[in-house]
Amino acid sequence: MTSPLLEMRNVETYYGPIMAIRGVSLVVDEGEIVTVLGANGAGKTTLLKTATGALDSRKGRVLLDGAEIQNRDPDWVARQGIAHVPEGREVFPFLSVVENLEMGAYNRHDRDAVATDVETVYAYFPVLRELRGKMAAYLSGGQQQMLAIGRGFLARPRLLLLDEPSLGLSPALVEEIFRIITRLNREQGLSILLVEQNANVALRVSQRGYVMEVGGMVMDGDSNHLLASEDIKEFYLGKKEEGIRGRRRWKKRKTWR
Amino acid sequence: MLPLNDVVHLAVTGLAQGCAYGLIALGFVLIYKATEVVNFAHGEFMMLGAFTVLAYSEAFGGSFWPAFVLGCLTIGVVGYLIDAQIMRRIIGQSSASIFILTVAFGFIFRSLAGIIWGWNTLSLDTPFDGQVALGGEFAIATDRLAIIVATILLCVLLYLFFSRTRYGIAMQAASQNQLAAYYMGIPVKRLVSITWAIGAIIAAAAGALLAPVTQIDTTIGLLGIKALAGAIVGGFGSIPGALLGCLLIGIIEPFADYLLPEIKGVSPYIVMLLVLFLRPEGLMKQTFKKKV
Repeated sequence: MTSPLLEMRNVETYYGPIMAIRGVSLVVDEGEIVTVLGANGAGKTTLLKTATGALDSRKGRVLLDGAEIQNRDPDWVARQGIAHVPEGREVFPFLSVVENLEMGAYNRHDRDAVATDVETVYAYFPVLRELRGKMAAYLSGGQQQMLAIGRGFLARPRLLLLDEPSLGLSPALVEEIFRIITRLNREQGLSILLVEQNANVALRVSQRGYVMEVGGMVMDGDSNHLLASEDIKEFYLGKKEEGIRGRRRWKKRKTWR
Repeated sequence: MLPLNDVVHLAVTGLAQGCAYGLIALGFVLIYKATEVVNFAHGEFMMLGAFTVLAYSEAFGGSFWPAFVLGCLTIGVVGYLIDAQIMRRIIGQSSASIFILTVAFGFIFRSLAGIIWGWNTLSLDTPFDGQVALGGEFAIATDRLAIIVATILLCVLLYLFFSRTRYGIAMQAASQNQLAAYYMGIPVKRLVSITWAIGAIIAAAAGALLAPVTQIDTTIGLLGIKALAGAIVGGFGSIPGALLGCLLIGIIEPFADYLLPEIKGVSPYIVMLLVLFLRPEGLMKQTFKKKV
């Protein structure tokens, strides 16, 4: 039996005395896009930070290809093949666009292949080619998000982690960025673990999804199935159910509670 | 009025002194930008550098250059180990504890140097004797010229290193956004230790080059405090600013000492106070604020 690309088993992470994620498990297989949905404070970012070693878990295991990677330094985890595109983009503000991209390839020594991949990134995000000599600080939010994704891609990772790529972007830009995320998955065979609040767009690009709430997983399944579920519709897509007398059924509880 | 000859002499002396401050300040600023630690023992790297070069030079029968290179590298290793073995463990502690720790390092280094090399003033033979004519009636002492040339050379080298090499750019990246650098697989901890090593090497070079001017004893590291003042004048966190600030206080110092001998040696701090009152961010602003 082959092990999944990434597996988290019963992971618990604390901020001091506060348990931020409570025994979470998830699986990402080779070639998949998997979404983790959740509201603010559900623990999505904590989950990704635990996966890449920016936070240590107190319990549980994180496995990449069956090998344990939990509680190691994040640069070590990155060298094992996970590229983390953090929330809020976090580009290097005073390096140029092309220097930012090259920093993504820091641990690669095949110069020609890196140069080819920089061109690949420009092909996906043509605006970055125009801005390549510019300091990243002067880019717009959407351009910085593209740069952050391109920088992650340049590591040629086994798995790309995307933390809320839609954050603070216009709906049109969100559509564009997710179209490219889908293409990176299909054309480059890039496996992606995506964390989002924007359930609609995230479930449309992904094959499977998990729903997180107050630090725990409450639902999981095929993305189509989740998109169709009443709870997701109501709480993440904002589609209200009309009750008798045309009023919202305010007493409705989430079924997983 | 001062005679022109004296003005030139004082200016050249000040310029050389400012360059020496600048070399030490470079180390302060590099380490600060990488780790947000102000290393109050940095002047001590300079003092240890001077002693170490002297020790090698005696061991090699007086040949300066091999002793110089080996001495600087030795102090570089010391700087690397201080970070890798000690500073790395206390990162994240309160800045007061880190401040006291670096001050304590200063005391330890001074005692150590005294125990190893004694408390007397020693002198180092360098190839920089005599003076070089500047044209007309003016001349510059070779040892001072060596400091100026070395400063220019080191600044060019550092600039090329930080703007052109993979290591240098990665160090910039780590200083701009440490977590993102980790996520890119950049070995941030190792690069920080290398930054300490570079800072220590530059300070050691300054110590050895200054030896003909200041002589060598355990207290010469206190010059580091003036370098710190210069870095503050220029704007802490900006490398060109720190160099500029150090040149400024270096050039002001001999004139102030000459004209007001009652307050000899105090002028750098007066300049620093003035700058802190009038322009607290320093002459050159730090180019960006670090995210917390």
